[in-house]
Amino acid sequence: MKTFRLGGIHPKENKITASVPFKYVPIPSEVIIPLDQHIGAPAVPCVAVGDKVKAGQTIGNPGGFVSAAVHSSVSGTVKKIENVRDAWGVLHNCVIITVEGDDWMENIDKSDTLITECKLEAKEILDKITASGIVGLGGACFPTQVKLMPPKDAKIDTLIVNAVECEPYLTHNHRLMLEKGNEVIVGVKIILKALGINKAIIGVENNKKDAIEHLKSLLPKYNTDGVQISVEALKMKYPQGGEKQLIHALTGRVVRSGAIPAATGVVVQNVATVFAVYEAVQKNKPIMEIALTVSGKKVANPGNFILRIGTPLADAVAMAGGIPDGTGKLICGGPMMGRSMISVNTPANKRTSAVVMLDEKESVRGKETNCMRCGKCVEACPMGLEPYLLSKMSKLKMYDEAEAHAIFDCIECGCCAFSCPSNRPLLDYVRLGKAQVMAIMKNRNNK
Amino acid sequence: MYISPSPHTHAQGSVSRTMLNVIIALVPAYLASLYYFGIGALIVSLISIASCVLFEYLITKFLLKREPTISDCSAILTGLLLAFNLPSNLPWWIIILGAAFAIGIGKMAFGGLGCNPFNPALVGRVFLLISFPAEMTTWPRPIPFNLHYLDAETGATPLSYIKEIAGLDVDSTSSATAIKSATTAFESVPDYLHLLLGNIGGSMGEVCAIALIIGFIYLLCTKTITWHIPISILATVALFTWPLYAHNPIIMADPLTQIMTGGLLLGSIFMATDYATSPMTHWGQIIYGIGIGVITVVIRTWGNYPEGMSFAILIMNGITPLINHYVRPKQFSKL
Repeated sequence: MKTFRLGGIHPKENKITASVPFKYVPIPSEVIIPLDQHIGAPAVPCVAVGDKVKAGQTIGNPGGFVSAAVHSSVSGTVKKIENVRDAWGVLHNCVIITVEGDDWMENIDKSDTLITECKLEAKEILDKITASGIVGLGGACFPTQVKLMPPKDAKIDTLIVNAVECEPYLTHNHRLMLEKGNEVIVGVKIILKALGINKAIIGVENNKKDAIEHLKSLLPKYNTDGVQISVEALKMKYPQGGEKQLIHALTGRVVRSGAIPAATGVVVQNVATVFAVYEAVQKNKPIMEIALTVSGKKVANPGNFILRIGTPLADAVAMAGGIPDGTGKLICGGPMMGRSMISVNTPANKRTSAVVMLDEKESVRGKETNCMRCGKCVEACPMGLEPYLLSKMSKLKMYDEAEAHAIFDCIECGCCAFSCPSNRPLLDYVRLGKAQVMAIMKNRNNK
Repeated sequence: MYISPSPHTHAQGSVSRTMLNVIIALVPAYLASLYYFGIGALIVSLISIASCVLFEYLITKFLLKREPTISDCSAILTGLLLAFNLPSNLPWWIIILGAAFAIGIGKMAFGGLGCNPFNPALVGRVFLLISFPAEMTTWPRPIPFNLHYLDAETGATPLSYIKEIAGLDVDSTSSATAIKSATTAFESVPDYLHLLLGNIGGSMGEVCAIALIIGFIYLLCTKTITWHIPISILATVALFTWPLYAHNPIIMADPLTQIMTGGLLLGSIFMATDYATSPMTHWGQIIYGIGIGVITVVIRTWGNYPEGMSFAILIMNGITPLINHYVRPKQFSKL
C-alpha cells in the first residue's frame, strides 16, 4: 500500500462518527458571513444595509486575482456590514443578514437529481467556479480557480483528489464519499475537463474501506472517452493528507522547497472542493453550506452536519448534544492541526471542518522537561527536518541558522510535538521561527 | 476552556516512561546477576541506585536550586547501569564515590538530563577503573545465591584469560612452559553455553548474554531504541575479530566469544544507545556503532585493557556532536 517515505505518526483515530449520516442544521434567525473566508484579498461587499438578498446571491465580489466571491447562504435583509470578532479575537468584515424564509436564487437547481453530462468548455467551467466562490475546503481555503489555472510552463498531467482525511475524529469527507459518490466523480470529471487532462487519482486512507469500495464500484461507468480516474488506498499514517506527502505517496514526485505542486505536474483538490465544483457547475449552486463533523469522546450525539455558512457553530454543537461536562478544549478542526477556540459562538465558514471537544485531562499539556535528545521528533518529521534543533534556534532567535536548516519547509503538521516524550512545545517555537524566517526571506527578495 | 496552538493531542510518552522501559529491560539481567553473584549484587546495586538518586536530589535542590528531577527515573537508571558495570564485591565507599562522580560530573555539571556529552554511568565506571584498578578488576566467581559480599571468591573473566595468553610469548617454541601455561589458560575460557547463560566472571550485569538479549528485544518492541546502534557495534566486532581470530586463534577469542564477553552486549544495548550521547539519525548511529566496534577491538587486541567497551563508547560519545553536524536527516525536499 502506498504511503509517503519520511516520518509520520499514528495518532488514535477516534473516527466515532464514521457511520453517522449527514444531518441538516436548521437555518438560524441571523447569519454572520465573513468576507474573508479564503487566502488572498478579502471580498468586496456588493450589497448595502437594508438590501433584500436571496440564498445563493453574491454579496461580495473577489477583491483581486487571488480572492473568492462570497454568497449569501440565506434569504433575508442585510442588517449590518461591520467588523465582527471571531472565536480567536480576530476582526473580520462581515455581512450580517436577518433571515426571512428560505428563498433561493432562481437559477439554482435545488433537486437531488444527478447530472452527469457537462457540455461546458474549460473557460466556462472556470468562470462558474470563480463566480461560485469555491476555495480549497481542506483547510487552506486557497481560491480554486487560481489552482486550476497553473502557470504556463507547468505541464499538468494528473489531478489528485485528497480524500485522505487523516486527522483524528474527522469523518465528513468519508460520509461525503459514501453519500455523494457519484457527484464527487462527476466533479472530478469536470475538473479534468477544466485542466484539459485525463488522469485523476482519488487518494483515500485505508481506514475508509467502504468508501474505497463504493467509489471503485461507481468508477467504470465514468471512465469513458479516455478518462482514467482511479481510487488508491493509502496506508494509515498521519500526515498522509498533507499535500506534499500525498503527491509523493501517489506519484513519487517531490515538491521542492518553495515550489508549488503544479511544478511537479500535479494539481491537488480536496474531495469536498470537488463536490462543491460539481454543485457549482451542474447545479449553479455556490458555496452556501459546509459539512462538518462534531465529535468528541463524551459528546452525546456526535455526528456529521451540513449547515449554512454564517450559522453559529453552537447550533451544530447543540444538535450533537451540547458541550459535555468536563470539556477542556474546543477545537475548530481536528486535534492535530485545528485551532482551539474560546467558545463555539462563532459563525461557520469555508474554513470550518469540524468541532472536536476534548475532555479536561486531554486538554492540558504535559509538563515540559529537558530534551533528552531521543530523536523521536526527527524520526517523526515528514519533511525530514530536525525539530529539536529548529525549536532551539527559533527560541534563541538564530534565524540564519534556522533558514540554513530549512525551517521554511515545515508544514506545521505537529508530528514533532505529538511524539516528544519531554512534552516540549516544539511546533510552537518552530512556527514562530518559521514566520520570522519567511518574513526575512520575503524582505530580501523584495530588495 | 484551554487555549493552545496545535497539536492538541499527544503520544502520551514521557521521560519517566522511557526510563522505566529501559529499567524493565534490565530486569532479566539483574535477576541473572542476583542469581550468580547473590548478596554482593544486591548490595552493590542498592548502594549505587540510592546514592545516584540522593546525589541528583542534593545537587538539584541545594547546588542548582532547581526543582529536583529525580521523579523522571533517570538517576535510578544511571545507578542501575553503574552497578551493572561494577564487580559485585566492590567496597561500598568506592561505589558511592563512583555514583557521586557519575551524577555530579557526568550529568549535573553539564545541566542535567539530555545535556551531558558522555554517558554518566560510564563516566563513573571509568573514573573508578582508573582510580581503583585493583578493586575494579577483581571479579567474584559466579556461585549461585552467593552470600558473600566483600569476601566473595574471585576469579578472572574470559577476556582476561585470553589477554593473559596473549601476554605469553607463545610464538617462541623454545619456551615450553609458556605453551603449557597458555594451553592451561586457554582451557579455562568458558564455552558458549556458559557465556550465554552468564556463568562467567565479570561485572555484575554484563555476564548473562541471554538476559541482555531479552532486554534488547523488549526495547525494540516498545520502540525505546532502534536496532541501528547495537547491531552495528556487534556486526563490526564480529567482522573485525574474525580475520584476527583466523590469523591467530591462540591469542584471540573467536568472534562469538568476543561478542558475549567483556560487557559488549551490555554496552551496545544499554550504554551506547543512551539518547543524549548518541547520534540523532540512523546513518549517524550506524557510523557511531562502527566506531565503537572498531575501537573496542583495537583496545582488546592491542591495548592494555581486556574489555575496552567503556572507553570505546566514551570516545564515540565525544565524536557524537561531530556526527550530528555532518550526518543530517534526509530532507523531504531533497529526496
